[in-house]
Amino acid sequence: MISKTVFLLSLAAPLMAAAADAAPSPARQQALVSLVRQECGFCHGLRLTGGLGSPLTAAAMQGKPAETLAAVILHGIPGTAMPGWQPFLSEAEAAWIVGKLQEGFPNDSK
Amino acid sequence: MTASKRLLVLGLALCAFAAGAGELRGTGDLGIAVERARGSLQWLDTTKRVSLGRIEGLGDLSHASAVFSRDERYAYVFGRDGGLTKVDMLTGQVVKRVMQSGNSIGGAISQDGRFIAAANYTPGGVKIFASDTLDLVADIPTESKVIGLEDIPGNRFAFSLWDKGEIWVADLSDDPRNPRLTRFANIGTQPYDALISPDGRWYVAGLYGENGIAVLDTWNLDAGVRRALPEYGRGEKKLPVYKMPHLETWAMVGNLAFIPGVGRHEVVIVDVATWTQAGVIPVAGQPVFVMAQPDGRRLWVNFAFPNYDTVQVIDVPSRQVVQTLTPGRTAAEGGAVPCGARCDPVAVAGRPTAAVGAHSQPVASPEGPLLPARGGPVLHMEFTPRGEAVWLSVRDGNRIEVYDTASLRKLAELPADAPSGIFFAARAHRFGL
Repeated sequence: MISKTVFLLSLAAPLMAAAADAAPSPARQQALVSLVRQECGFCHGLRLTGGLGSPLTAAAMQGKPAETLAAVILHGIPGTAMPGWQPFLSEAEAAWIVGKLQEGFPNDSK
Repeated sequence: MTASKRLLVLGLALCAFAAGAGELRGTGDLGIAVERARGSLQWLDTTKRVSLGRIEGLGDLSHASAVFSRDERYAYVFGRDGGLTKVDMLTGQVVKRVMQSGNSIGGAISQDGRFIAAANYTPGGVKIFASDTLDLVADIPTESKVIGLEDIPGNRFAFSLWDKGEIWVADLSDDPRNPRLTRFANIGTQPYDALISPDGRWYVAGLYGENGIAVLDTWNLDAGVRRALPEYGRGEKKLPVYKMPHLETWAMVGNLAFIPGVGRHEVVIVDVATWTQAGVIPVAGQPVFVMAQPDGRRLWVNFAFPNYDTVQVIDVPSRQVVQTLTPGRTAAEGGAVPCGARCDPVAVAGRPTAAVGAHSQPVASPEGPLLPARGGPVLHMEFTPRGEAVWLSVRDGNRIEVYDTASLRKLAELPADAPSGIFFAARAHRFGL
């Protein structure tokens, strides 16, 4: 259960001292995968093949600068429906998501 | 074997197939719930509050929706992958499935029940199909993503163009193969969804790119589209929106309609007589669906990330939140204890209303602000035909919960694989559903 994992993580969180640029913890990675598949999926499609938002498939993401994509995730795109996710994601997490999108995003294990 | 005996055997075989195993029955109390990741449907009986089985093989069902034939026998399911699937509600079988586009958002059925219209993103446009065969009848390219496709009186469909800021009306009453098109330009920036009033008269599109709504009187297309509610929308700061609100239905109490705020933690009250804002009701997050009970007495509201584990119930006459439920939370997350198939109504009575906005802030962690705040989402709500109960899809809990709308007590839980949209056959007889 992701939600349970997230809850446990939040309890354990004060014990962790994650460096800003380190890869997210395995539990957090799972939560991020779920976030992208489910929440981003509302507009970009559960399979990330696009919808109201553009496709986020590896083919669509490769060749675009990673820094730009991370900035889009954190700050959104003015004039479009893409919101900024900065209230919920760190820069390191946005960078991790971009890396995974460019590789071909993992499936939600849930 | 005589011909009549052969018929009898065939008839018995068909009955064995049907819901209720052998009994003749109607479909008016049946429904479906979308299991979107799995590409299947739960086949539901709303009287017995049970699943009659699972219907498989419907493709990518993210953001899927359904409409029903006028005899309530068939469901037409629109999938994200452009699939249009006709499902027999009596046998639980897929009757026909066509891939009608590359990327679809939903659809509608015509007033006379003969035509299904699908709204598409890629390629942008509307396609019209015969409801009996799913054969293509007409293709209306728009060069824009189409949203807010609704059936309106006169065997017409109205829809909006996200990229172009237009509303189109396609009239099928003369020649369905060549629908007569009426186009309204400059109706506002980025219409994101639309609704039709219960009587079918008013088509209202919400605007994402700017404040306000676009209103079309379907009794008088010559009057054109007018703009209203200049204070409705994301405002000057263009608040971020974590899930597009839906404008599926509205509650009419006197002249009042209730619609989700855009980017704001509020339900907006609209006076339809004057098309002015008559107030707001503060709620626990960004509303996605504001659904009125069929009697109009209460509204049920669900929310976007990160408040999506919550459902609030609003009393319409007093405009007050009277109950805050958290079906999306597990017991460890502060939710109610799951009650399994049989719920003791007293033991699972709704918990006291939390202070509005009390859990609207995400929980922070050293790894970054944590997501989600708690629990998983309640993705959809559907009322039984006369509204004595409401069915909620609790995605991460892999269950559907049924609540009594009068007592707000939980009546039943049904297992379902990550359920999203719930659609009951009684939608067949309403505009815009």
